[in-house]
Amino acid sequence: MGMSSLKTSRKNYGEKGLTSLFFFCASISVITTVSVIVILATETFSFFQQVSIFEFAFGTEWTPLLNPKSYGILPLLAGTLMIVVGSAVVALPIGVACAVYLSEYAGDRARSFIKPVLEVLAGIPTVVYGYFALTTVTPVLQLVFPQTQVFNAASAAIVVGIMILPMVASLCDDALRSVPTALREGAYSLGATRFEVTARIVLPAALSGIFATFVLAVSRAIGETMAVTLAAGATPNLTLNPLESIQTMTAYIVQVSLGDTPAGTLAYKTLFAVASVLFLITLLLNLLANWIMRRYREVYE
Amino acid sequence: MKEIESNNTSDLAVALAGLSKRRHKAALFHYFCIGVTFSAVALLGTLIYQICVDGMAWLDLEFLSSFPSRFPENAGIKSALAGTIWLAAFTALFAIPTGVMAAIYLEEYAPPNKITWFIEINIANLAGVPSIVYGILGLAVFVRFMGFERSIISGALTMSLLILPVIIVASKEAIRGVPPSLRQAAYAVGASRWQVVRAHVLPEALPGILTGVILALSRAIGETAPLIMIGALTYIAFVPEGPMDEFTTLPIQIFNWSSRPQQDFHELAAAGIMVLLGVLLIMNSAAVVIRQRSQRGSQSR
Repeated sequence: MGMSSLKTSRKNYGEKGLTSLFFFCASISVITTVSVIVILATETFSFFQQVSIFEFAFGTEWTPLLNPKSYGILPLLAGTLMIVVGSAVVALPIGVACAVYLSEYAGDRARSFIKPVLEVLAGIPTVVYGYFALTTVTPVLQLVFPQTQVFNAASAAIVVGIMILPMVASLCDDALRSVPTALREGAYSLGATRFEVTARIVLPAALSGIFATFVLAVSRAIGETMAVTLAAGATPNLTLNPLESIQTMTAYIVQVSLGDTPAGTLAYKTLFAVASVLFLITLLLNLLANWIMRRYREVYE
Repeated sequence: MKEIESNNTSDLAVALAGLSKRRHKAALFHYFCIGVTFSAVALLGTLIYQICVDGMAWLDLEFLSSFPSRFPENAGIKSALAGTIWLAAFTALFAIPTGVMAAIYLEEYAPPNKITWFIEINIANLAGVPSIVYGILGLAVFVRFMGFERSIISGALTMSLLILPVIIVASKEAIRGVPPSLRQAAYAVGASRWQVVRAHVLPEALPGILTGVILALSRAIGETAPLIMIGALTYIAFVPEGPMDEFTTLPIQIFNWSSRPQQDFHELAAAGIMVLLGVLLIMNSAAVVIRQRSQRGSQSR
């Protein structure tokens, strides 16, 4: 009797230890988030003791590594925005059309061929897309528009669009397929064509999922680093011309870490200030996407 | 009487004309979707074709067994390949146990309270944080604060944090797929929670976990930006001999070669990309094989 209760208690002891270990592993994700926020916040705070927030937010010149120094983030934001708009123009319509084809038209054979292709596209490392932009997309652009610079926003935006395309297609596909078949059948029984069913029944019913996908895709495009570093250039440039060289927030962060900027200097701290902006924007977009999914999910049944 | 009849026929004619117009529109939309989808497939073809054309001439045994060099004809990827293997091994060592244990906690142990909810939200958001932000975290925590410098350990820890959400999400899904009746049967004969997990849940969930782990590791192998942040872009002409050594990896070498203006280095980059894609292809096929085998196994039962 005593022996067996001793055994049980030892067993409970082990169980408790394991539970704490598992809990610790799960909490690493929280520790990660907290560390990111603490690091970014402290360095950014000390940056803003030397540079005014007003200059940072509204200045139109970004030259922290050159003289005269100037710390207006707008050119970097504009560069990032250009990549986002360009890649969205490429990826969103094509992605939705792919998803419509996959979910509404394709048979099992076509599906089992196209799905893996999209997975392969999604698995290609971003540096490969950078290479593709530099050696294939830019020369083609230069053929069509001779004034295209070697590094230009358009080429980077196109490959970032190709990069986020698989994600848009597969998430939209999920959203379309979650629309109940009964809705489609109801419309068909009234004599609607497949196009009418797709455009007037299925797409509106899946709208929240599609919109959440768009937000996630934009967030991915903002955080994209290697393709824009290789193809878009390193010229903070407040321009609307996509054929010119620009610089995004991510590409600036890479540029600083490639150079030998000593730790602790103001130039080094810009890295954290820019990263804070990047982190905040992507975090807000991700939260927004989750909120849309939860708030507007159509509940059938 | 006659009037009504003629009215009816004209209505019918209008309706028929409308129907053929609607059918025409439906067919056009169908072809549009097919066209767009297959242009995405064609894009993948172009990308791979272009890279093979560029890199084929340089891809030989000498390329695999030489160190990087200023002279394209002597340059190779020996140190990059070795670095990638070291990095992947240590990332696997850190990330797999942690990720799987976190998933076990969240699926099998966690009480449904606020803390669990917070951890879940946290993991979902971490999955959307741009990889370069992880690089900044790695730079501040592992390189500087813990003093691991630009070593393989720093790189592997950074990569582990990056792929942890992927491993956790995949493992959770695999664990959730284990039927509850299995657990209940084990509990009914007096097994403790850990005994249930170890003897029944984990073996059953293993194929799913393995697939997720392989895909997560292939993501780590293809990542560039976080490693550049922690300072791994240096000239390395030796094979690392221990986890504290400096290193370079395939994507970094590809980035380095792509960012040079000379055509020869671009072709070297293409050859490097072929090797990288080859490695990723092997890993992905392994994941597909495991997935298919496990599906067949569960169907036959």
